Amino acid sequence: MLSVETFDTVSQASQQMRDGSQYIAGGTLVMRAVNYGDQSFTRIVRSIDPALRAIRIESERVVIGAGVTMAEVIQSRDLDFLSPVARLIGGPAIRNMATVGGNLFAANPYGDFTTALLALDGEVIMAEGAKMPLEQFLSSRETVRGLVSAVSVPRPNDDDFRFRKVSRVKPKGVAVMSIAAWLQRAGSRVNQARVAFGGMGAIPLRAKTVEAALNGAALDANGIERAIAVATDGLDPQDDALASAWYRREVAPVHLRRTLLGENS
Amino acid sequence: MAKTPVNFQLNGADTGVFVDSGDNLLNVLRRGVGDLSPKYGCGQGTCGTCTVLIDGEPHLSCLTLAESVQGRSVETTNGLAEGPDLHPLQTEFMDGFAAQCGYCTPGMLMAAKALLTRNPSPSRGEVIEAISGNICRCTGYDPIIDAILTAAAKMQGRVS
Repeated sequence: MLSVETFDTVSQASQQMRDGSQYIAGGTLVMRAVNYGDQSFTRIVRSIDPALRAIRIESERVVIGAGVTMAEVIQSRDLDFLSPVARLIGGPAIRNMATVGGNLFAANPYGDFTTALLALDGEVIMAEGAKMPLEQFLSSRETVRGLVSAVSVPRPNDDDFRFRKVSRVKPKGVAVMSIAAWLQRAGSRVNQARVAFGGMGAIPLRAKTVEAALNGAALDANGIERAIAVATDGLDPQDDALASAWYRREVAPVHLRRTLLGENS
Repeated sequence: MAKTPVNFQLNGADTGVFVDSGDNLLNVLRRGVGDLSPKYGCGQGTCGTCTVLIDGEPHLSCLTLAESVQGRSVETTNGLAEGPDLHPLQTEFMDGFAAQCGYCTPGMLMAAKALLTRNPSPSRGEVIEAISGNICRCTGYDPIIDAILTAAAKMQGRVS
């Protein structure tokens, strides 16, 4: 038997989380669990705090409220660099519901938006104000206490950020994998690279060997050769109904190359 | 089980209903209010047949916590017709054989209505994008897309 409690502020809601409680935002994950008889929680907690829906600039970073939907990301001028990513999440109805905060907890084959945030050096802001790198948060997301109130990312320079969702069904299909790359350049060469893969492990993962191989490289077919050769180093793809781990390892270098070179197909 | 009162506008009419805590909007519409037009398909946000408009935007009612529509506007396929006059989308779905088994039709219609409200003259690509969250397993998508485009043209007075 479920109960639902609504709090005015995210801080109040966070303080009320205890064993058997499940926070709900857009509902695309939690209501699915309810519909399928998930017995792991008996209490649904929600908050109507407007701060959760806010997008604001804070020094060099954009702070995205955890309750901001994918549709709101698409509409935001401050988040134009993430708009192409949000457009690839679900269909229009899902995008009106699914939130940035919820995506942090989405298990495979979902969570493409989080892959983009990871490449962009995202930082998670908890309701009590604590901040932690998204990479650290993801490794402990199943056990994290409290609520996420926002995520912040820096604004990349035009054309420095690339994202690719690999799916077999167009225009809406779940991802076999997703790849995000933030390639900061000095002149014609990359001087700082962050590359993340979704669907190539239990959580979105950084491809750190690829990043190291890209530093100092030119973004052309020859320049990225070394990075492509180590595309799957440190990744841990699994078999699932969409693709085998073997298939994912085989095609990852191809899609990484296309991502880095900005190819469309 | 404790019941929670929820008040909202359903197809323009003030509606009040007591809901079970944690129930989804689809159940409340079908069992609580008696509006059987939105359908239960997958229960996980994949098929789109439960699509309704909340404050004018498409949402999946099976994944919407019923309490969250307090004070908001909900539109379903039941509200499309005005008296005996079907909405042009409904007419074109009939005339263009865009409904075979009809199970996806309520979701398709609501996704299409949201599109035409926002964009009265969509391209074929924009129609495809608008219904990309709605699965049809028997009619085929071409008659559905054609029906939406024809309805749009007629609503704009571009064809009679």
